[in-house]
Amino acid sequence: MIPEIGHFSLIVATALSFLLAIYPLIGAKINHPGMINSAKPLAIMQFLLMSLSFAVLAYAFATDDFSVGYVATNSNSLLPIQYKISAVWGGHEGSLLLWSLTLAIWTAAVAVFSQGIPKVALARVLSVMGMIAIGFNLFILLTSNPFDRTLPYLPLDGNDLNPLLQDIGLIFHPPMLYMGYVGFSVAFAFAIAALMAGRLDSAWARWSRPWTLIAWVFLTSGIALGSWWAYYELGWGGWWFWDPVENSSFMPWLAGTALIHSLAVSEKRGVFKSWTVLLSISAFSLSLLGTFLVRSGVLVSVHAFASDPARGLFILAFLIAVVGGSLLLYAVKGSEIKSRGKYSLFSRETFLLMNNVLLIAALLVVLIGTLLPLVHKELGMGSISIGVPFFNNIFFYMIIPLAIALGVAPLLRWKKQEADLRPLFKQLAVCAVASIVLAVALPAIFADKIKIVAVVGFALAFWVIITSSLEVYIRATHRHSFVSGVTKLGRSHWAMVLGHVGLAMMLIGISATQNYKIEKDLRMLPGDEVVFADYLFEFERIGEANGSNYEGYKAVFNISKDGKFETVMKAEKRSYFAQRSMPMTEAAIDWGVTRDLYIALGEQLADDSWAIRIYYEPFIRFIWWGGLVMSIGGLLAVSDRRYRFVNKRVAKAQSLGQE
Amino acid sequence: MNPRRKKRLSIALVIIIGLGTMTGLVLYALKQNIDLFYTPSQLVEGLGEDKVKPEIGQRLRIGGLVMPGTVTRNMEDLKVSFVLSDDNGGLVTLEYEGILPDLFREGQGIVAQGVLKSANVISASEVLAKHDEEYMPPEVAEAIKGIKHMKPEYGNETK
Amino acid sequence: MTDDEKKKKPLITADEKKKKQLMTRLIPLIVFLCVSAFLYIGLFRDATVLESTFIGRPVPEFALNDLVEPELQHDKSVLTGQPMLLNVWATWCPTCYAEHKYLNELAEDGVYIVGMNYKDERSKALRWLEELDNPYKISLYDPDGMLGLDLGVYGAPETFFIDSKGIIQFKHVGDINPRNWNGELKAIYEQLK
Repeated sequence: MIPEIGHFSLIVATALSFLLAIYPLIGAKINHPGMINSAKPLAIMQFLLMSLSFAVLAYAFATDDFSVGYVATNSNSLLPIQYKISAVWGGHEGSLLLWSLTLAIWTAAVAVFSQGIPKVALARVLSVMGMIAIGFNLFILLTSNPFDRTLPYLPLDGNDLNPLLQDIGLIFHPPMLYMGYVGFSVAFAFAIAALMAGRLDSAWARWSRPWTLIAWVFLTSGIALGSWWAYYELGWGGWWFWDPVENSSFMPWLAGTALIHSLAVSEKRGVFKSWTVLLSISAFSLSLLGTFLVRSGVLVSVHAFASDPARGLFILAFLIAVVGGSLLLYAVKGSEIKSRGKYSLFSRETFLLMNNVLLIAALLVVLIGTLLPLVHKELGMGSISIGVPFFNNIFFYMIIPLAIALGVAPLLRWKKQEADLRPLFKQLAVCAVASIVLAVALPAIFADKIKIVAVVGFALAFWVIITSSLEVYIRATHRHSFVSGVTKLGRSHWAMVLGHVGLAMMLIGISATQNYKIEKDLRMLPGDEVVFADYLFEFERIGEANGSNYEGYKAVFNISKDGKFETVMKAEKRSYFAQRSMPMTEAAIDWGVTRDLYIALGEQLADDSWAIRIYYEPFIRFIWWGGLVMSIGGLLAVSDRRYRFVNKRVAKAQSLGQE
Repeated sequence: MNPRRKKRLSIALVIIIGLGTMTGLVLYALKQNIDLFYTPSQLVEGLGEDKVKPEIGQRLRIGGLVMPGTVTRNMEDLKVSFVLSDDNGGLVTLEYEGILPDLFREGQGIVAQGVLKSANVISASEVLAKHDEEYMPPEVAEAIKGIKHMKPEYGNETK
Repeated sequence: MTDDEKKKKPLITADEKKKKQLMTRLIPLIVFLCVSAFLYIGLFRDATVLESTFIGRPVPEFALNDLVEPELQHDKSVLTGQPMLLNVWATWCPTCYAEHKYLNELAEDGVYIVGMNYKDERSKALRWLEELDNPYKISLYDPDGMLGLDLGVYGAPETFFIDSKGIIQFKHVGDINPRNWNGELKAIYEQLK
């Protein structure tokens, strides 16, 4: 009976999303206050019902209600409770429900936390979000209902959750990613609502900005978390595979990154509006495209969900309706977007625009790399795959101008730099020399060989860090002494600095691992020793290690360096009861600031020896720490005073001026 | 030329040069990194109507079934070789050094990335067996038989 | 040049400019539509939703050798006389492998199953049946996929439900497992009687 409550509340939520999509929009058109005001309660009601629906599904998982088909295929009575809960979004149906819930959360959040925005504008925004909700809710109800019963043939126990997904990282990864994906729907809704109303001013950019930033923070941390998960769970020692699924989360991120920068320019300077609108549409469209690619099975991927053309067709139709519709609206109404404000060639605007263009170019490269195999095949030219070096090479060349411009832009003024550029060039030259010196010094210290590619990467990273510090120093000493000046810098200023430094940290991590990683597959008997990147690995013993729903082996290694004992590492190989045919590798990782040691247990060979894979990965943690720093930067920007209570007086003045 | 025009011209030039470089770079990188997919028979007989055979030293991907009884491990290290087959009679030997994926076993469909060493020997740099017991790479099933392979229903269908 | 003409000229260009701008703004839409066209084709590349046109029709004429005894030839009469399943399988098909165990169970429960070894090699197929047990009352051998073509087989495994008059009543694409057999397939099989 309880699952039916979930199903029923999902249906009612869908009905409410229909109301939300139509009613306030008509109200905005005919200027009917009651209809306009209905948007907020509708959004909140929809959120409550979606939460109820989701809670019911979680309850079914927690209580092992295997009469619900979705529970039976994705859970098992032996599964630990935290994985029972995360199993709610472990499969197709549940993850869609999570998606819909996320959308409802965002819609309700926009409804509640937007006091400063004129009610008419808000009504339009919520209506657009309602339209998106219709699509997803109908998708769930019509093609992927998680509440379907297996009656009358009730299974005794469930199939168990995919062992790959039985991990703490996977509890948080999908919700974070979804908060990011779906969060871009807010920027999208703001852009569409503004296009509908034919009113795109800097107020619009200011309203849209904090929401976009929050979404971007979620997406950034979601991707970083996913990459971390892949690193320690898949047992391949890699952190990014250019897999279609990864790419489809990376594309919205690139568009979103361009968008937060472009929104800043639109808000502060009133230019690039048309571009910003297009980016708002693109970021969300790419999120939808990502969903389509993952769900439809059009592209073959390591972690693709079950493929089903009927579901794919629904999403494709929805994609065409949403993206096609909004791009058409953009084409027709775009002429009303007017950008005021002039800027000279050597201004912050130009450099931001340049970075925007580079980000979009990067996005197109990922898009081509992801979709080309599909196109190639449709054209009857045979099956192909795009090698990872394609992405790596192009990103190497593209990051160079991007990082250089990123270092310069904050030092430039809006609109126009003073006529005399010489002092600036002098400062930049000093920064450049310092970065190159540091970039050569770093590998000279920790590695025995200096590689050009790595030096370029390090130089770019130090360039960004040094120019950012210079910028902070100049800004702080502008009117005050450095110490008091630094405390007076706004949060959004620190946000920018952290965002850029985070990227620099990532660059350090990526350059170091890509160039200095050592990987070796070995055949070892217990008792064997091997020296590897200055570390002595002693394979001490191997024994059985069983868990509540799996059995396996555990290999114990003693690690020492220069004759001194460092640590013990335990690598496991598990075989889960419910899915015996899928052995899992649980890698042993000894982490450190400057390096990770990584041991994965392979198969047992004929003579009691084991295949063992060992990695030495320098600075790999910097990649995820960089992501973390970037996310913190984003959070700081959101918490900036300007957005905390959107200034009511200003908003009122604006709405009076425009109504 | 007035300054405004000059500015526009320089912007246009930068964009064109940038676009040109980008396109060139992308095309070049693509050319280097597109790996055609072969089945063992296609490798032996040639691909398509023109019977194009890959050249020795070419990077490629191959997919097929691991012939039972052909997996031989070297006793000293992790070198392993096995024969891939499809049912059109093509047999290709793969050489690989390292840990095979958890799901590698005889009779299973796999995809490998590697370099052609001689007419029917490939030195593989990567061997993939997907995390799915019944998984057969669709490319493999499709290319071998000209028909499509069905995924088993349980596990992803709940009806 | 009169003053009038001077005034008119920029007007026309302004109009043209607007048109040009509209065209520029249409580019994203056009690009997107091209991409979706490929996505659409990609979606149906695996034509798993194709309905067999042979449902409700009698089994087509054929002449195939027996898998186990190559001299023995079968025709459509082996597919009439009682309700049965015609299971299409091959050794190159891992899903068939997964399904095989359950087919053995069904055969033990008295379900009459005819096997059709599809585009396969006889020696491999025989080894497979030896190792995994043989659930088939009769095994047809269709190395070139001749009958498969006539039946509209487009994948393996596939199972045809044939009634006692030799009329195909239903086709199941994909494997047969306890869940879908108990779910709907069993009922369809019962109805054949």
